[in-house]
Amino acid sequence: MGERILMKGNEAIGEAAIKAGCRYFFGYPITPQNELPEYMSRRLPEVGGVFLQAESEVAAINMVYGAAGAGARVMTSSSSPGISLKMEGISYIAGADLPCVIVNIVRGGPGLGGIQPAQSDYFQATKGGGHGDYHMVVLAPSSIQEAVDLVMEAFDIADQYRVPVMVIGDGMIGQMMEPVEFKEPPKRDLPAKDWITDGCKGRKPNVINSLSLQPEKLEEMNWNRYKRYEKIKENEVKVETINMEDAEIALVAYGTTSRICFSAMETLREEGYKVGLIRPITLWPFPTETISKAADNVKAFLTVEMSTGQMVEDVRLAVNGKVPVHFYGRTGGMVPSPDEIIEQVKALGGGK
Amino acid sequence: MKQEIIMAGFGGQGIMAMGRLLAYTGMMEGKEVSWMPSYGPEMRGGTANCTVIVSDKRIASPITTTPDVCIVMNLPSLEKFAPMVKPGGLLIINSSLIEKECERTDIEILKVPCNDIANELGSSKVLNMVALGAYIQKTKILPFESVIKAMKKAFAGKEKFIPLNEAALKKGAELVK
Repeated sequence: MGERILMKGNEAIGEAAIKAGCRYFFGYPITPQNELPEYMSRRLPEVGGVFLQAESEVAAINMVYGAAGAGARVMTSSSSPGISLKMEGISYIAGADLPCVIVNIVRGGPGLGGIQPAQSDYFQATKGGGHGDYHMVVLAPSSIQEAVDLVMEAFDIADQYRVPVMVIGDGMIGQMMEPVEFKEPPKRDLPAKDWITDGCKGRKPNVINSLSLQPEKLEEMNWNRYKRYEKIKENEVKVETINMEDAEIALVAYGTTSRICFSAMETLREEGYKVGLIRPITLWPFPTETISKAADNVKAFLTVEMSTGQMVEDVRLAVNGKVPVHFYGRTGGMVPSPDEIIEQVKALGGGK
Repeated sequence: MKQEIIMAGFGGQGIMAMGRLLAYTGMMEGKEVSWMPSYGPEMRGGTANCTVIVSDKRIASPITTTPDVCIVMNLPSLEKFAPMVKPGGLLIINSSLIEKECERTDIEILKVPCNDIANELGSSKVLNMVALGAYIQKTKILPFESVIKAMKKAFAGKEKFIPLNEAALKKGAELVK
């Protein structure tokens, strides 16, 4: 670890997972994430791991369920339509309190959609996707370095709270090359995996299951899990704020879109506009408090997404009516240009 | 210092490799770099392209609609990307394959017969290195010697290709001197 190397996003995510101790990968091909399983198929056998191309996304996520239940660090990856197929399994994994990492390199939808960058899976990732009272931790990197750092940390977060963690990117994060350095993630005190099913000679059997037919019991399990979610909300929010000290307009954007907003913000600042940027790094838990506090100081928010407007709802909840929250979106694989965003900010008075 | 470069041509002309080598050189020189390939439907219509950004500062968007420099290796690429070059920017044209004149008068145009030079050196495959050599010499964005060094690192384990690629880079640069 420690040397800067030039790597493609999808491959860097794969290497980060291996460095984090991931030894099992189950997946099924779909653009624009194919380099990731391809990379794992070459690298995992070299480190004594297992790569398996399943017959479908449904099979792959159920293999993840099995490996996670046996205590392994395990990952799967896909892109939007394939992630939809995995949702049943993800709900079961959440219901069985199993840790795993799921990578979603989002493409335009709905249906088969297209393969260009999009952010239209925000609702699915943060508000369910599968059925039942559950959450995934959702991490949204905006660079290859951050993708690497977050994937490595994702395995720790998953193990610490026994939850599935999704790392969400898009074709730009997946296909782009940037310099990366593999660093140790922040040290965490991880609980022992004494719940796994790895053969019970000499101990009481463990049972891993999401079925609970007694409503009293199921309610208790759900509230217990909810308490863990509350802990995650307390401890795991990640957000970057730039130029917010004197900002009158706050841009809110994540992932690829946040980079384009950064570009727009730089230009606007040069022209004297007081614009700042709030970049959620965790989409769940959402940086509600950061946005709520910013709402006391700015005149307006502009949420920019590659969707018809999904995260903007969480921004509005956080702002709670204090100031207007505007939205600008492109969808279907169209990527907004800095100029489009500059125009939107100026139309709002631009904080000048 | 910040430069946004789009490179474009036929699949098989080594466009992606040329971009990767530039990004790699920038990284070795301690710059911030990004390399973004075209993929999917963008690849249709005879242009494979990639965008490279080399900068002293954090790189915002890895794609651009107003590049400082375009290197076009075939006619469809000229038609698609020449109009995008920033006024005052640079357009490098592979004159071996592109006979058509670019009408723009607000940019600098450099013609490099990449295929002809590569063939003279003994392999049409190194036409991308001819173009890259000319580009580096023209813009001085990175030290020429660093590109040679990066290329040698990139060919680690395939050393037999180094002399030809080095010759192609140098030939491309000589055209500009």
